[in-house]
Amino acid sequence: MDDPRKGTNYGEAILAAYEYLLATYPKVFTLGQGLWSPWYVGNSMTNLDKKFGQARVIDTPISELSTTGMAIGASLLGYRPIIVYPRMDFMILAMDQIVNQAAKWRHMLGGQSHAPVTFRSIINRGGEQGAQHSQALHAWFAHVPGLRVVMPYTVQDARDLLIAAVLCDDPVMYIDDRWLYGNVIDALPPVTELRLVDQRPEVRRVGKDVTLVAASFSVHLAMQAAAALEPEGIACEVIDLRVINPLDVAPVVASVAKTGRLCAIDGGWRTCGLAGEVIAAVVERLPVSVLQAPPRRLTLPDAPAPSSKPLEELYYTTVAQVAQTARELCAMRRVG
Amino acid sequence: MPEPVVSPEPLPTPFASELGSLADPGRHHAPLEIAGEDPRGLLDALRRMVLIRLCEQAIATLVGSGEVKCPCHLGVGQEAIAVGVVKHLTARDHVFSAHRSHAHFLALVDDPALLLHEVFGKATGSSRGMGGSQHLIAADKGFTGSNPIVGGVVPVAVGAALGNKMDRQGNVAVVFFGDGASEEGGLHECLNLAANFVLPLLFVCENNFYASQMDICLRQPSDRISRFAEAHHVPVRVVDGNDLVAVSHAAGELIAEARRSGRPGFLEATTYRWLGHVGHREDIDVGIKRKLDDLVQWKQRDPIARLRQALQTTGHLTPGAFAAMQQEIQARIDQEVAAARSAPYPDPAVLLDYVYCQGGS
Ligand SMILES: Cc1ncc(C[n+]2csc(CCOP(=O)(O)OP(=O)(O)O)c2C)c(N)n1
Repeated sequence: MDDPRKGTNYGEAILAAYEYLLATYPKVFTLGQGLWSPWYVGNSMTNLDKKFGQARVIDTPISELSTTGMAIGASLLGYRPIIVYPRMDFMILAMDQIVNQAAKWRHMLGGQSHAPVTFRSIINRGGEQGAQHSQALHAWFAHVPGLRVVMPYTVQDARDLLIAAVLCDDPVMYIDDRWLYGNVIDALPPVTELRLVDQRPEVRRVGKDVTLVAASFSVHLAMQAAAALEPEGIACEVIDLRVINPLDVAPVVASVAKTGRLCAIDGGWRTCGLAGEVIAAVVERLPVSVLQAPPRRLTLPDAPAPSSKPLEELYYTTVAQVAQTARELCAMRRVG
Repeated sequence: MPEPVVSPEPLPTPFASELGSLADPGRHHAPLEIAGEDPRGLLDALRRMVLIRLCEQAIATLVGSGEVKCPCHLGVGQEAIAVGVVKHLTARDHVFSAHRSHAHFLALVDDPALLLHEVFGKATGSSRGMGGSQHLIAADKGFTGSNPIVGGVVPVAVGAALGNKMDRQGNVAVVFFGDGASEEGGLHECLNLAANFVLPLLFVCENNFYASQMDICLRQPSDRISRFAEAHHVPVRVVDGNDLVAVSHAAGELIAEARRSGRPGFLEATTYRWLGHVGHREDIDVGIKRKLDDLVQWKQRDPIARLRQALQTTGHLTPGAFAAMQQEIQARIDQEVAAARSAPYPDPAVLLDYVYCQGGS
């Protein structure tokens, strides 16, 4: 569907990254299910096969495990494959190749060989798709040393972090969220290649009262909540993590040192999740006296995704919940 | 060191159709050959196929209007396989299926209520509104579970076959899957396991030549999926999946053998889906490879029309009786659509209550 608004949306920014990479680097190729279909991966890969040929834009059989291994193996020979999973849920079948092979290859072979492969997985939930077509499993992958995990929120990051991921010498998990595909910016600046290792969390909104930390679509929620709270006189600082492994918490620590209040928002489950990790990492690094209130986290409940509409509405975190949590935090002040 | 060889242009993907007329949309259009068959059994099969067709078409309409929101993978055109296999099963057997499972479910359950309520996401549905179209269960009828991870339930079905073997009651497990599922490594492991451990499991491959938008000729060097079963020494039958009689005979033999000796079997049944991969439209996948011409021809191989014509020419069915059958089924579907509309959604408490058997949240 044509977006009636002007500018570039998130999906088109991903497409722009592919176009840049395929045009600039002959060793880049991409493979996965549905790459020759106009609808499988939203608007993020439209016509790439026609522009760059089906030898470099490869639609595969339904073989997640082995196609992932194919990408890893080609990367050992100097190719820069991007393997695409139209839904993160399907990538679970490739877990062994990602976790046992790619992530460990360099370390266990004494640093003599490495796998510069990019795993692009898409979070695609809602629409009553249910338990096996809704998962946001980024925390699993961030748990694995050797795997860099990238979660762009802005339209520009959607393009630039994909390019940085592919140019990085390590295996990278790049995760985009279909709920961000409608986000638009007026115009993308020309590409400047970024080094993934230099990428840090960014402060997307400056504020003095409470720090909201998130990645990917959860930043979108935080930004909307922050805008809603402004008329109430609550100034939120919103931090977009961008790269969740290795996780650089220094900017978050600096922000909480200023605001004294922390809310971590994440689209994954609660237990052993990203939000808990952020809170732990911040609390470890700050004297207790800094905190005006106990940190809070907003996550999915620890349950699989339901399918019927009313339960889906209860399941996913809303802007209103983020705003309410920020209000509650701001109502608290450290005594003594 | 030998000189490096620079290869010429890569070869295109090799493909050879090994299914002969079974893969040819222009063949097998004639009414079925039913001489010597039990007409009552065929009439019952026809009724179940009509139930599936009308129910799928009703769901298609509801998807089209936006009233049903969960993703629905409809099986219009593929009714004979479900009915021909299920005919030989009892409620003590264990049936598994994938994303395109309505036909298997309806063939066993023989009533549209649980499915229709489930696609509306209502607490009165088969999974109490927690699954939608893609996650169905009717344990008391032998439908053990379906879900949409391609190939995901095949190993689970092997486990059910193991349980059936241990139970020694002559029960069997049956797993329905598509040609695409044969591309997942798990299926190959399962064939080996079933053969090696001698498990009473019927693999049913509904070969409709497509996985989502992709023609099998772009995914495999041959269209004959049963070659994988042969490699693992699992007995194979290959039939026209739009021929109820052929499906029923082949399935009957393989299931009888599984009950008798505990051995697995593999039924490959060729067919075609009339609608797009997901949703209610016919043309959604057209343009990649799937052609409208093929669809038009495959509709001539209609499993329902071929059986109906055979029953009519042999005097076992009149056009009036067929119309009455359709009307009765349609009335039942309309009644349940209305009931599903006003049925309650699941209680929010079940979001956590269903996670564990004994608390924990
Ligand atoms: C593990 C996994 N990979 C990919 C998908 C996406 N997907 C859903 S159905 C399907 C095609 C399945 O084709 P086939 O098994 O032939 O069944 P059919 O749709 O023809 O009934 C694909 C690729 C999935 N659901 N699960």
